Amino acid sequence: MQITSEILEQHNVTLEEYERIKQLLGREPNLTELGIFSVMWSEHCSYKSSKVHLKRLPTEGERLVQGPGENAGIVDIGDGWCVAFKIESHNHPSFIEPYQGAATGVGGILRDIFTMGARPVAAMNSLRFGPIRDEEITGEESRRAVLRNRRIMAGVVKGLGDYGNAFGVPTVGGEVAFADCYSLNPLVNAFALGLVRREQIFYGKAEGIGNSVIYVGAKTGRDGILGATMASAEFDEAAMEKRPTVQVGDPFAEKLLLEACLEAMRAGAIVGIQDMGAAGLTSSSCEMGARAGTGIEINLDLVPQRETGMTAYEMMLSESQERMLIVAEGGRDRQVLEIFQRWDLDAVIIGRVTGDQKLRVIHQDQVMAEIPNLALTDEAPRYHRPQQPFKVEAEDVKPKLEAAISNLKSQISNSQIADESPVFTEILRRLVASPNLASKQWVYRQYDHMVRTNTVVLPGSDAAVIRVKETRRSLAMSLDGNGRYCHLNPREGAKLAVAEAARNVVCSGARPLAVTNCLNFASPERPEVMWAFSQTIDGMAEACRAFDVPVTGGNVSFYNETEGRGVYPTPVIGMLGLIEDAKHTTTQWFKEAGDVILLLGATRNDLGASELLSVVAGAVSGAVPRLDLEMEKAVQQTCSTAIQEGLVSSAHDCSDGGLAVAIAESCFSSYGRQAIGARIDLSEHASLSGLKDAAALLFAESPSRIILSARPEHVARVKEIAERYGAACAVIGEAGGEHLSVVCDGQSLIEDSVAALENAWRNSLSFHLDRPMQAAAD
Amino acid sequence: MKFGVVVFPGSNCDHDTYHVISKVIGQPVDFIWHKEEEVDRCDAIILPGGFSYGDYLRTGAIARFSPVMRAVKEFALDGGLVLGICNGFQILCEAGLLPGALLRNHELKFICEHVNVRVERTDTPFTRACSPGQVLSLPLAHGDGNYFCDEKTLAELEDEDRVILRYCDAQGRVTDEANPNGSLANIAGVCNRERNVMGLMPHPERASESLLGSKDGRAVFLSMADSLRELIKLRA
Repeated sequence: MQITSEILEQHNVTLEEYERIKQLLGREPNLTELGIFSVMWSEHCSYKSSKVHLKRLPTEGERLVQGPGENAGIVDIGDGWCVAFKIESHNHPSFIEPYQGAATGVGGILRDIFTMGARPVAAMNSLRFGPIRDEEITGEESRRAVLRNRRIMAGVVKGLGDYGNAFGVPTVGGEVAFADCYSLNPLVNAFALGLVRREQIFYGKAEGIGNSVIYVGAKTGRDGILGATMASAEFDEAAMEKRPTVQVGDPFAEKLLLEACLEAMRAGAIVGIQDMGAAGLTSSSCEMGARAGTGIEINLDLVPQRETGMTAYEMMLSESQERMLIVAEGGRDRQVLEIFQRWDLDAVIIGRVTGDQKLRVIHQDQVMAEIPNLALTDEAPRYHRPQQPFKVEAEDVKPKLEAAISNLKSQISNSQIADESPVFTEILRRLVASPNLASKQWVYRQYDHMVRTNTVVLPGSDAAVIRVKETRRSLAMSLDGNGRYCHLNPREGAKLAVAEAARNVVCSGARPLAVTNCLNFASPERPEVMWAFSQTIDGMAEACRAFDVPVTGGNVSFYNETEGRGVYPTPVIGMLGLIEDAKHTTTQWFKEAGDVILLLGATRNDLGASELLSVVAGAVSGAVPRLDLEMEKAVQQTCSTAIQEGLVSSAHDCSDGGLAVAIAESCFSSYGRQAIGARIDLSEHASLSGLKDAAALLFAESPSRIILSARPEHVARVKEIAERYGAACAVIGEAGGEHLSVVCDGQSLIEDSVAALENAWRNSLSFHLDRPMQAAAD
Repeated sequence: MKFGVVVFPGSNCDHDTYHVISKVIGQPVDFIWHKEEEVDRCDAIILPGGFSYGDYLRTGAIARFSPVMRAVKEFALDGGLVLGICNGFQILCEAGLLPGALLRNHELKFICEHVNVRVERTDTPFTRACSPGQVLSLPLAHGDGNYFCDEKTLAELEDEDRVILRYCDAQGRVTDEANPNGSLANIAGVCNRERNVMGLMPHPERASESLLGSKDGRAVFLSMADSLRELIKLRA
C-alpha cells in the first residue's frame, strides 16, 4: 500500500518525521510499520516535546534504586523493602468515556507497579473538573457544561472506584479541584504504590538470546487501536467520535494477572516483564529489546485473539487491557505457562529473543514489520519546540477584594457597624463550602480505602498513611498541584506544589523521600504552553533540590485542549514520605480540649490567586504567593523534630483558603469523631508577621505555615525547637468548646458554631452532585 | 484448631482475614483454593470479602458453583462453622446456606466507611464474646449490601432470633439514618437455623487492631476460636 499524505495525517506523523522513518529504515515503511512508528513516536510514548526539558530534573538520591525510564520508580525504605510508585494521566480517554477512561487509568498504573515485582498496596488520584455548581449556570451553554461536568465527575469517580475496589487496592487519598478550563478537559491522574523485596525487583528487559517471549493475560481485540495517538492530539467538536479508541477495563482479569505474575516471579522463572499499556504489543516488545540491547521476534498467529480476522496492524496497535509480555528464563517456559493456567489466564509462547536488535513481526508466514528497536525508542524525534514567555501576573488584587468584601458586607448586614465579624464569618462559610475546599467525602466514600488493612490515616488528612506490615515503618503520600498558581506563574506555581506536597507528608510525621509527577499541559505546539512547561520543570527542579528529593519518574500529558481552549499548566506532584516509627504518625485534627494551638511560619499579604479572590470576586488574577525555600525548610524541620520528640497532638498544612480555613478543617475534619471548637487570637502571630490586614491574616495563602496543637506542657519546648531552626512560632489559641472564634488585637473577626461550618463543608459536594441527573448535554 | 480462608479468583480480603487470624488472635490458618474439593482439614471456614469471579453476573452468583462450595456446603450441613464476610455473605446467600439476598445499596453507590452495628444475639459461635446490645464500630465496603428477603422469611428470622447484627447509631438505636445501604430491618448479619453459618456485610477483619482505628471486630474471631476450642474438647 502506498503511504499517502492522508495516511500520514491519520497517523499524526509529519512529513519530516516520515522522511526520518525512511532514512532509519533505508526504505519506505509498509502500513503496519508506519502504524508502529506512529504510536512509538507519538507524544504520549516518545516524550518528544518534553524529553529535552525533563533532563533538568534531579534524579539522584541515596535511597534511589530505580529512576526514570522504567515502568515505575523505586526507592529503598530499609529492612530490605523497597517501594515502587508512579503516577500517570488518563485525561483524554476520561473525557471521551469517563467511566472506562478512568477505570483503565487505574488498571494501567497498577500494572506498571506489579511488573516491577511489587504488590500494589495503595492508590491515589488527582482529579480536575469543570464547574459543577448551579450558581455557575448563566445560560444554555453553561447549563449544558455544568451538567456534563457533573456527569464526567460521577463517571470518573465510579470508574476509579470500581476498578481499584475490585482489584483490591485501597484508594487512600488524592485531590480534586475545579476550574473553568477543565470543563472540556478533565484531568484524571492515577497514582499507585507497591512494596517489593529489594532482591525481587523485576525489570522490562528482554535478556538472553533464544529465551521465549510469552504473552499472558487477556485476549487481544480491536479496542484502543491508536489510543496513544488519540492522546497525543487536541480535541475538536468531533471528539466523541473517538470513543472506540477508549479501552474497556476488567479488574477481575487484572487481579488474576497480578497474582499469577507475582507467583511466576517468585518462582524465579522470569527474566523480564512489561505491561502492554499504551501501544500494547508494540511498545512492550521494542522497549524490552531496546533496554537489553537485544531483538524480539513475534508470530502474531499465536497471539490469543478475541475477534477473528485481525490484521497485523490491528494486533500491533491494539490497546486491549490486562495483558503482559514476559521473557522466560531459559528452560522454564513450562513453569510460567502452568502458573498462568492455574489462574485461568491465557499464556502462550509467541516468539523469542534474538540478537539482531530488531523488532520482527510475523503474520501468516509473512514478515509484516522489521524495525531496529532503537529507531522506535532512542532515535525517536526530540523537539526543542519554540517558547514564548508570557507576562507573569503581578497585579495588586487589593482593590478588587475590598470592593467585593464591602459589597458582601452591605448584603448581609448594616455596613455602618464597625464589627467585621459577620462578613468574615460569612466568607469562611462560603470558602469551606466551595467545591475546591469542601470535604471530598462524596468522592472517597466510593473508594475502598481500607482493604489490605494497612490504612492508618484514612482519607481527609494532609497525607495518606499506610503501615508496612512487616516493619515498624509507615509510608505517607500526598498528591498536590495548583493549576491556578501555575497559570499565573508557572515556575513559582511548580515550586509551591513541591513545597506543599513535602509539607503534607511532614505534617503526617514523615520525612520526604522521593517524588513522582504528572505534568498536564495544553498543546506543546503553542509556544506559550511550551514556555510554561519549561518554567515548570525549572521550578520543580529547584524545589526538589532544596528538599533533597529525587524525581523517580512520572508522566507528561500534552494536548489537553478542546476546541482551542487548553487547561492551566497543571503539574501534579506525588510525594512519598517515610515514617520511621509508626507511632509518630500524626493527623491534622485537634485532639483534645485544652490543647494549645500554635502556628509555625509567617503570614504575608498573599491574596493574589487565592481561593478567597475566586470565591468572593470571581477572579483568577494577581501575584502568586512568594515561597522562600529556606523558610519552608525551617518550618518543616521544626514540625518534624517536634513530632519526633512526641510533642505534637496534631499538625496541619495551612495553604488553600488560608489560615481560617485550615483552622476550621482541624476542628471538624476528623473521620467519624466529634468536632471540636477553637478559640483563636492572632495578635502575637500578626505582630510576628508584621501584618495588620485582617482579610490577609485570615485568608492569605502564604506557604510555609503549619498549624500545630500540643499539650500545654509541651509548648515551651516546641517554641525552643522553632527558634533553633529559625522558624516563626506563635501561640494562636486553644482547642475546645463548640465554637470557632477568631480575634485579633481585641477585634472579633470570626464567630461561628463549628457544627454550622462543618455542615457547610461536609455536605457541599453531595448537594451539587446528588441531584437528579438531568438529560445531559451533547 | 485450624481456620480455613477460601480463595476464590477475585477474593481480595483473603490476606487480611488470614493476617488477623494468624497474627492478631494467633491461631493456625490455611488458605483453601477454590478448586479444592475437600475442606475437612479445617475446623472453621471463612469466605472472605472481595469480588469473586469479578461479581460479573451478580455478586456471589458464579462463586457458588465453584468446586470448593460443594465441600463447604457439606461441611456446614455437618455442623462446621462457616462465616461469610461481605462477598462471602453474598456467596452464602446465593448458595442457599443463608436466606435472603444482597441488593444494590439504595443510593446505588459503593460505600466505604465505618458504621455502628448492634449485637442482637450472643448465642451464636460468632458473637459469644460480645455482650448483648453491644455496639461495634466496623467498616463497610460494598456496592451490594442492601439485605432483602420476603416477609415470611423476615418473620422467621425475627422469631428464631437469627438477626445477629443490625445497623445502629453510636448509642445503639436502630434508626433509618443509621442504615447505610437500605437493608431490610437494618439487618447487617444473619445466621442459619442451626446457628453454625453466619454472614455479615461489615468487615470485622478491618477492625481488629487499634492502629487501624477499631478493634471491635476481634470479638467475632475470638468468639469463633472459643467455640472451636469447646467443639474440639467435646469431640475428644
